[in-house]
Amino acid sequence: MKYAYYPGCSLHSTASEYNISFCSVCRTLHVAIEEIPKWACCGSTPAHSTSHIMSLALPGRVISQAEEAKLQKILVPCASCFQRLKTTQYEIRSNFGLHETLEQVLDRKLENKVEVIHPLELFIGEELSNRIADAVRKRLEGLKVCCYYGCLLTRPPKVMNFDECEYPMSMDTIVSGLGAETLDWNAKTFCCGASLSLTKSEHVCKLIRDIFQEAKAVGANAIAVACPLCHSNLDTRQQETETIYNEKYGLPIFYFTQLMGLAFGESFEALGLKKHLVDPRPLLNKVGIV
Amino acid sequence: MREQALAPQVPGLAKEVLGECGENVNLCFQCQKCASGCPMAFAMDFTPSQLMHAIRLGLDEMVMSSKTTWLCSSCQTCTTRCPQGLDIAKALDAVKIITQRKGIKASEPDISAFYKTMMGSIFGCGRVYELGLIAMLKLRTGHLFKDIGLGIKMFGKGKLKLFPSIHFLIFSGVSEIRKMRKRVEKLEGQRK
Repeated sequence: MKYAYYPGCSLHSTASEYNISFCSVCRTLHVAIEEIPKWACCGSTPAHSTSHIMSLALPGRVISQAEEAKLQKILVPCASCFQRLKTTQYEIRSNFGLHETLEQVLDRKLENKVEVIHPLELFIGEELSNRIADAVRKRLEGLKVCCYYGCLLTRPPKVMNFDECEYPMSMDTIVSGLGAETLDWNAKTFCCGASLSLTKSEHVCKLIRDIFQEAKAVGANAIAVACPLCHSNLDTRQQETETIYNEKYGLPIFYFTQLMGLAFGESFEALGLKKHLVDPRPLLNKVGIV
Repeated sequence: MREQALAPQVPGLAKEVLGECGENVNLCFQCQKCASGCPMAFAMDFTPSQLMHAIRLGLDEMVMSSKTTWLCSSCQTCTTRCPQGLDIAKALDAVKIITQRKGIKASEPDISAFYKTMMGSIFGCGRVYELGLIAMLKLRTGHLFKDIGLGIKMFGKGKLKLFPSIHFLIFSGVSEIRKMRKRVEKLEGQRK
């Protein structure tokens, strides 16, 4: 079974380490992926804040492209792209007449039959979880991880239909299967401020401070994420937040695919861990993983 | 059904919101679940529930000049928890879209500039070209030196590309996106 792969803009730029670690994990687990050719942006928040139709047409194009390539499932690692694609499918199904409008705008056929899935959904399935267990070479003992899901993977549940919306566990299951200790904490689905980072960074710092405090309170030494914007906010704005609030967190932020790669024996460099602003090397050295 | 039954009674903006996105704010019975769960409420001038009520009361001007819609981070907590099944985040989006269509000045001009700049990037390159987006946003908002240090650090880590790659411009299907834009504009023009 071959999956269409929609990386989205972030995975080709600020979150390139999510892209390389995801592709590396797929190779190890023999998951065949094919990047959708000529894909464009899903529109994200700026599209649904400026035009309802455009915000559905952009993801609609991606879905149509996957159909054109004769692929039945699209893997979407970015939480925002994932949510926009699922929203488009949901809206088409629930709004009479929208399907025709979108086909007219796209000038493409849109069957809306492909399944949009997040890598977490794929990896938690029976077949892949067995393959993951077999692929683990180096158990991630010593890591105390808070899995942070953010907003869009699970919300709104009527659209996303993925995991438990207020207290998801899929990432915890995968990460604990790698040998790391995953912690119970109550900020799993807090908001990091998302795209307000570029315009209202002071608000983002307030929101991520709450997340860091919750993680520190339960004794975490790392946070795992599955969203490029969550990573960007928690990693690149961590130092600034420490300065503003005169606190020290020192929490490296990993994409869950990077943790998988580490457990599969991939090198620090090959997983793009050098790109993080909060250097994960001291922690990984301390626990003897790198 | 509920929407149809209530539609004729609703005043100005409530009706426009219904037409724009299909959400009927009259479903709101002021339980405050959205307000108590909203992560951005601390920075808003009205909580989401207050805004829903203001729309129902026909306080259109107040609603459209409020910061609430702009500061919404689209986290979907309100939509998830609303016991009436009202998609509050979607209704807030609709207010924002209507405000922009009417040419009313955004109460959070930087956020409005960010939306415009990113849509410009999508219509210009098919994808988001981050460094270009940041530079353009700085010019539009006048915050030339905001986050310069962070930007340099990210550039040093290879997180920001200097130019959009050739691949990016040739293979992003940008001409198709531009045609889509024209069709959407035509469609939205007919609705006005």
